[in-house]
Amino acid sequence: MLGLNSRDFRLFLIVCALCVFAPILLNPFPVASSLGESFNAGYPALMQRFVIFGLLVIGFNILFGLTGYLSFGHAAFLGVGSFAAVWMFKLLSYNVVPAIILSVVVAGLFSVVIGYIALRRSGIYFSILTLAFAQMMYSIAFSDLVGKLFGTIVTNGETGLQVYNDDPQILMSEGSPTVPHLFGLEMNSAFTWKVGGWEFVFQNGYYLSAIFMILGFYLSIRIFRSPFGMMLRAIKSNQTRMSYTGLDTKPYMLAAFVISGMYAGLAGGLLAAMDPLTGAERMFWTASGEIVVMAILGGVGTLVGPVLGAGVIKYLENIVSKINDSILHNWFAFMPDWLENLMVTVIHPFIGKGWHLTLGLLFMAVVIFLPGGLMQLGEKIATLFGRKKKSDDAKSGATEPAE
Amino acid sequence: MDALILQLLNGMDKGAAYALIALGLTLIFGTLGVVNFAHGALFMIGAFCAVTMQRILSLSSTVIDETQKDFLGNPLKIEVPYVQSWFGDVAGAAIQDWSVPLSILLVIPVMLFVGWAMERGLIKHFYKRPHADQILVTFGLAIVIGEIIKAFYGANPIQTPSPAALTGSVDLGVGLGFEANTIIYSVWRIVYFFFAAFIIAAVFAFLQFTTFGMVVRAGMADRETVGMLGIDIDKRFTVMFGIAACVAGLAGMMYAPILSPHYNLGMDFLVLSFVVVVVGGMGSLPGAVLAGFVLGIVQSLSSMNEVKAIIPGIDQIIIYLVAIIILLTRPRGLMGRKGVMEE
Repeated sequence: MLGLNSRDFRLFLIVCALCVFAPILLNPFPVASSLGESFNAGYPALMQRFVIFGLLVIGFNILFGLTGYLSFGHAAFLGVGSFAAVWMFKLLSYNVVPAIILSVVVAGLFSVVIGYIALRRSGIYFSILTLAFAQMMYSIAFSDLVGKLFGTIVTNGETGLQVYNDDPQILMSEGSPTVPHLFGLEMNSAFTWKVGGWEFVFQNGYYLSAIFMILGFYLSIRIFRSPFGMMLRAIKSNQTRMSYTGLDTKPYMLAAFVISGMYAGLAGGLLAAMDPLTGAERMFWTASGEIVVMAILGGVGTLVGPVLGAGVIKYLENIVSKINDSILHNWFAFMPDWLENLMVTVIHPFIGKGWHLTLGLLFMAVVIFLPGGLMQLGEKIATLFGRKKKSDDAKSGATEPAE
Repeated sequence: MDALILQLLNGMDKGAAYALIALGLTLIFGTLGVVNFAHGALFMIGAFCAVTMQRILSLSSTVIDETQKDFLGNPLKIEVPYVQSWFGDVAGAAIQDWSVPLSILLVIPVMLFVGWAMERGLIKHFYKRPHADQILVTFGLAIVIGEIIKAFYGANPIQTPSPAALTGSVDLGVGLGFEANTIIYSVWRIVYFFFAAFIIAAVFAFLQFTTFGMVVRAGMADRETVGMLGIDIDKRFTVMFGIAACVAGLAGMMYAPILSPHYNLGMDFLVLSFVVVVVGGMGSLPGAVLAGFVLGIVQSLSSMNEVKAIIPGIDQIIIYLVAIIILLTRPRGLMGRKGVMEE
């Protein structure tokens, strides 16, 4: 179906179903319960992040997973996409279509230039070059150097870019909405379905992002299974030999880089479409680091791994940073007092503001013990229970990034 | 002209800091072949050693002073730092004042231990793994170290003043024949420059003139052969990791008065130091030092008003621009050796 073999098609259907029913699946607890307050994730802002970052990491995976080139500057394309989208809102109207198209195009152009230069080197040099480019673009955006050069505003520096009332918005007609919309369908309007103590929110913006993620996911399956994807894997396993056979690997690498840059641009455009403002901090290199972390955590080189990684990180980020000491005291209330206090003291550094500590430790644990990420963990558990699962996914899942 | 000299001085100073960090990074890379993204964190630990020393020295006991009365006529309680009660008021105050240079006593053992623990506990297991894995695990470690520091010291920058005698600035211009008040330079930065130069010289001398250093250099050139000669090269490389950590820590400690330490300090310096190392050439010690100074000076010169008038904000991106240009024209960096990281 759809040019996929039956296994991939099943995977694709599962991902589609998860996206469609996410508002229900992610709200397993009644709203008012204490579990619901802590663990429910089915609200639009968070679900948008799941799918948008999922999309971003799917794109990153096409580069890192298939070719083994570790880009440490992917957030730059995300930022470029966001800026392009907000500019479309400022100049044309709040319709998201031109914004998203331009964000993909602009990110594509940037990745052609950066890719062309950075891909002249491989291994660690490539990582550092992308890092240097990303930091340079961050500095430019943060101080709005382009704007200063021409005496105008381009990224609006520290303040960040947003839409003001006196912006031209030439396509804006009388009745059109003043929030991002798709031909009148407002992104932030939602339908709330109340059943008993449960509340499910179905938001337009989430579904638009989810559609893009599903499309991106479909495209990535096709790329993984195509001769082009095979070529990229060959480059990963031995680039020198590929060159000896007389093949110029450069166009393939550049294509992979640009595709993954365009994914990032699309994700940036969607972020801006959900919330029409953006700032340079989106391009900071720690943001690029986060993308790498998501990809590694989920499982580099696998199809669903990146989505899984993005989801897990964003979910944990949200949940862990919400937990505070009083919630912990509630949880451990059944213990004797001294033990309760001890538990809270021990866990305290890892929750709330200490989320990054948890993230760092989790990330280190994954790199040390599970180089294949959560997907590898899943396979290990599956084999533990006696299921002989030999998929071609598993083979490509064992990642050995090329140098 | 005077502005130019001032910026050159600035550049030398910045370059010294870059060179020092890059030197440690290159030592680790050259000996162990590990790309250490946690090197910035080591720099930060050094800076926080200075903070800790400051806090230790200001630990104080409460003494009731009968001679002083508060406004109700009760004897006043005053905090007397232990160092002052042990060494007398004058010497104690002096010790407190010199807390940053004194923290060298803390930095060296702490950094040697941290370096040893890091190498034996974590990095040892990553020699055979791809470089990407090394980058990732040390990147994770850098996050963890930063967060631990945040948990203990809070998120705000902590002021760590330099000794009063070395605070303030001197008028260098007078000595060079310029008018007074044209070239004024911070004393501590001059101290930093000489300190960095001393450490760099010491590291080179250690590698060049001691037997230990000779073995290490031989190991850098050909690890296997040295191993076959019956020398336990791993043990020496572990020591070198400790020394590299020490160099980073000392750089951080002396930098504390210039830039108040905060938990993200390591990350801020990390990207820059990597750029420096790559420009110098991975694995080349002189290259790292040279690139540190070159980039420091280029950055300072580009922050002159005359340059900024032509291209605004060039000083913020010039380092990356130079790095990109150098890597494209001299792919191995300024002094990179053939065959390093080139598969």
